[in-house]
Amino acid sequence: MQISTSSTVDQVGIEERAAALSKRSIKKQTKIEGIKLAISMIDLTTLEGKDSPGKVQALCQKAIHPLEGNSSVPSVAAVCVYPNMVSVAKKALKGTNVKVASVATGFPSGLTPLPIKIEETKRVVEMGADEVDMVIDRGAFLAGEYQKVSDEIAQVKEACGKSHLKVILETGELETYDNVRKASFLAMQAGADFIKTSTGKAAVNATLPVTLVMLEAIRDYWYQTGKMVGMKPAGGIRTSKQALQYLVVVKETLGDRWLSNDWFRFGASTLTNDLLMQLTKEATGRYQSLDYFTID
Amino acid sequence: MTTAEKKIARLEVVEPKRLEFGKKWDYAPAPESTEHIKIQSRYELFIGGKFVSPKSGNYFKSINPATEEILTEVAEANEADVNLAVKAARTAYEKYWSKLPGSERAKYIFRIARQLQEKAREFAIIETMDGGKPIKESRDVDIPLAVAHFFYYAGWADKLDYAFPGRKTRPLGVAGQVIPWNFPLLMAAWKIAPALACGNTVVLKPAETTPLTALHLAQIIQEADLPPGVVNIVTGFGKTGAAIVNHPDVDKVAFTGSTEVGKIIQRAVAGTKKKLTLELGGKAANIVFDDAPIDQAIEGIINGIYFNQGHVCCAGSRLLVQESILDLVVRKLKDRIQTLRVGDPLDKNTDIGAINSSDQLKKIKELVQIGIDEGCKIHQSTCKLPERGFWFPPTFFTGVAQSNRIAQEEIFGPVLSILTFRTPEEAVEKANNTAYGLSAGVWTDKGSKIFKISSQLKAGVIWANTFNKFDPSSPFGGYKESGFGREGGLQGLMPYVQLI
Amino acid sequence: MRAEILKTYKLFINGQFPRSESGRYFQIPNPKTKKPLANVSQASRKDLRDAVQAARKALPGWSSKTAYNRGQILYRMAEVLESRKPEFIDEISKMTGNPKKAEKEVLTAIDRLVWYAGWSDKYQQILGTVNPVALPYFNFTLPEPQGVVGILVADELSLIPLVSKLAPAMVAGNTLVMIASEKFPLSAITFAEVIATSDVPAGVVNILTGFKNELIPHLAKHMDVNAVNYTGTDQALVKLLQEEGSANVKRIIAHPEPKGEAWLDNQKAQSPYWINSFVEMKTTWHPIGV
Repeated sequence: MQISTSSTVDQVGIEERAAALSKRSIKKQTKIEGIKLAISMIDLTTLEGKDSPGKVQALCQKAIHPLEGNSSVPSVAAVCVYPNMVSVAKKALKGTNVKVASVATGFPSGLTPLPIKIEETKRVVEMGADEVDMVIDRGAFLAGEYQKVSDEIAQVKEACGKSHLKVILETGELETYDNVRKASFLAMQAGADFIKTSTGKAAVNATLPVTLVMLEAIRDYWYQTGKMVGMKPAGGIRTSKQALQYLVVVKETLGDRWLSNDWFRFGASTLTNDLLMQLTKEATGRYQSLDYFTID
Repeated sequence: MTTAEKKIARLEVVEPKRLEFGKKWDYAPAPESTEHIKIQSRYELFIGGKFVSPKSGNYFKSINPATEEILTEVAEANEADVNLAVKAARTAYEKYWSKLPGSERAKYIFRIARQLQEKAREFAIIETMDGGKPIKESRDVDIPLAVAHFFYYAGWADKLDYAFPGRKTRPLGVAGQVIPWNFPLLMAAWKIAPALACGNTVVLKPAETTPLTALHLAQIIQEADLPPGVVNIVTGFGKTGAAIVNHPDVDKVAFTGSTEVGKIIQRAVAGTKKKLTLELGGKAANIVFDDAPIDQAIEGIINGIYFNQGHVCCAGSRLLVQESILDLVVRKLKDRIQTLRVGDPLDKNTDIGAINSSDQLKKIKELVQIGIDEGCKIHQSTCKLPERGFWFPPTFFTGVAQSNRIAQEEIFGPVLSILTFRTPEEAVEKANNTAYGLSAGVWTDKGSKIFKISSQLKAGVIWANTFNKFDPSSPFGGYKESGFGREGGLQGLMPYVQLI
Repeated sequence: MRAEILKTYKLFINGQFPRSESGRYFQIPNPKTKKPLANVSQASRKDLRDAVQAARKALPGWSSKTAYNRGQILYRMAEVLESRKPEFIDEISKMTGNPKKAEKEVLTAIDRLVWYAGWSDKYQQILGTVNPVALPYFNFTLPEPQGVVGILVADELSLIPLVSKLAPAMVAGNTLVMIASEKFPLSAITFAEVIATSDVPAGVVNILTGFKNELIPHLAKHMDVNAVNYTGTDQALVKLLQEEGSANVKRIIAHPEPKGEAWLDNQKAQSPYWINSFVEMKTTWHPIGV
């Protein structure tokens, strides 16, 4: 199988562009709005072996009201958990706009037989997952078995039914921007609603240039087909400054249409508090301490 | 389907096909603070290590092209002033500079580099106020490169014996240097640094619309305690430049500017013993093949023509696109120019600043009108332009033929002409079909093609899969009517020495 | 007694030996007898135009030959010149009346061709550079030919000024329009026979004999000539070259040295920096990435 990506990516060029965009000066009202926008785009995530119902319930509270007592701060977009925690999250988030996202398909390696991946997907959807974050089989991709990877995505997509599918490329393992672009196209052509950088479990997670490569792939796919696909960088985005840089890249690559949580998400666990700290700093003029922000 | 469901329904076809770059999450103004910047109310000439009033008694105004406000007034040097400057340079050459060991010259040049580095912020702001270029460019490109240039050539001053195998070098004497308004401080650095490193003394004339950073550099030179007269800076118009070029006691003339003036200078120095280097105009071809990394090529095209408002002699002003990808490239460019932020040059998010002068704006407008009249299709950003000051939106033309004037003449503004080609041979033929030969760009992912095409292009600088990159160690200069001699690198020493 | 066949000295344009289209000729005298030594074609501006055209046409082929190949061809010229040594010595002696100096000149010319032949694949390594830019780019500067180069051959000696300029200009990949010495044109045209039999492609070297005052202004004005190389101290001539040459920003390379016997001095009349005065520097940037 050949993947039509229409172009290669030059490493130096894409990194220069990302660096240039990261230098945008975001101040005052723009910063406040940007932080709120970023909060609304978070997939608040816990993906640890020690996750328990208590932990997930607490996280869901944080998702609904990131800053207690301040209604101007929006809820996050979704809570992202392991399959066994979907029911807990679904219950905790009932009656809110916050979605439940579940990882699936043998997360994080994806090295599980396909029938099991499909079964897992079906089960999390049954349990109420609005969104499914699947992983691709990087081994197969790097071995050139594109058809296999593509078929898997298509079948998982079918198993998702009405739930939205985010396809994790695990870009840190793909290593080159050419591979990232190729995998992005492969995923979009196979039916991904979102493409996502990382599991958070690899040595290298989301980076600004990788995100830019994927956004440009989304743009080209939209040029070719008119179909909008969403984007989710995940892992390693911890500060408000970083989050705002990602928003700049979205704004200047795909424009206004993608600047909402329908089309852009952050996969993050600790980012929320930094955003809240910065927001409070802007409001009070005081630099903040983490002691004043809940750690859920 | 509920409204909410509809809102996030996937795989919908969205029309129209333009991306929307509107006001959603628009950036608030982020102006660079000018509080600590001191612009004097008047600037004198820098001759013999002192700031002196001009014999002419005349001063001219320097304005901020973004606001049309008068920034200051600047001395106009006449022939008598130039005489004094050349005399000071001659004395300094004979008494101090040519006698100083290279290692000592080096230390003075290093001092200039360091001082400039420390005052980088101040210089960036003044450069932007005086010339209209975006602060992000003066901050990230002009000033750091000027600093790097002084550092690079400082190191050469005591190593000239190793520069030309089998030969030793001797300085030429007094160098008369005339520079343009597009990179005021950087061009001063390009001229002064190698001249001093090689043991020459200097009389430099900055452009009349952008004299301020050169005069602040004069202050640094004074603070760095260079022997008086080693560097003299005389401000004025073309007449002042002519007085330098024609001065009988000048041994070397270096000019950066238009081809038109370059030719006049070549005639003017004809028959004299003055060594001459010219860095003149250009109409660079930027060639994009269908196997190029397209999005990086788009950035290269944008950077190639809109960097510094297109006031760049090596600007990639003729885009040659392989016919099979023309539609894609044009579509991408249409979207991309909408994201260029035009406006206050001091705003840290500004991509395109003010046109340097009303004269230049007039020239740009005239040539653009000619493009329209000749039937080329114009595409422009719909950005709003400020009411005061000199502005021109990012513009490109499609349907341009090699014979159109906008494909032949240097516009020196943010205006790109797009032409097409079908085969590599045609690309090279069209690229070389110009009197100029300063720079060219090639975009393709195929390595062997890069070497083939770049070796066939008649231009002094080839940017392959990039554009508008500069470095002090990298020689810069033209073929054909783009001038002769190189600035930068080892080769940049040659114009300032005689080999013995 | 057999009557000698007298040689006709014609122009050398595009690998051929045409007479001047003007039909004109001039005579140079035997320095001893003062009788005419030979008839020499007097090139016109149209011949000059033809020579420039031939040079332009030959440029892509010659400049893209490998350095090794150009070196081989220069070496071949040395071989052919060596084999015709007596003829050259004889001919130069007739013009100058000095056989001893003639021999020195021919031997030096042969050795100088060999010397430059050896430079063909080395000058790039001396004059070119790899530049350590502070960005992730590979950046290098290489000498390329100036293009079509006009060479005003000095009059002081017969063969050696021509060979001393021809060799560095050729080895750098240029194509040449040479205006031969007005005083000593014969060996220039006989040297053209060496060129014509040494695998030098047609048009790479073109040699015109005639009057410099007539030809130089047209050379200086010609918009398709990239550079003019002059050795001498005639400032009025340099002024003319610069003034007329400015119309297309010609490279006017004027060297006051060498003079007279110095042409025979290897220290003074051969150098890789002479090759440098026949090149343009091209700098290429390319990103380093995966």
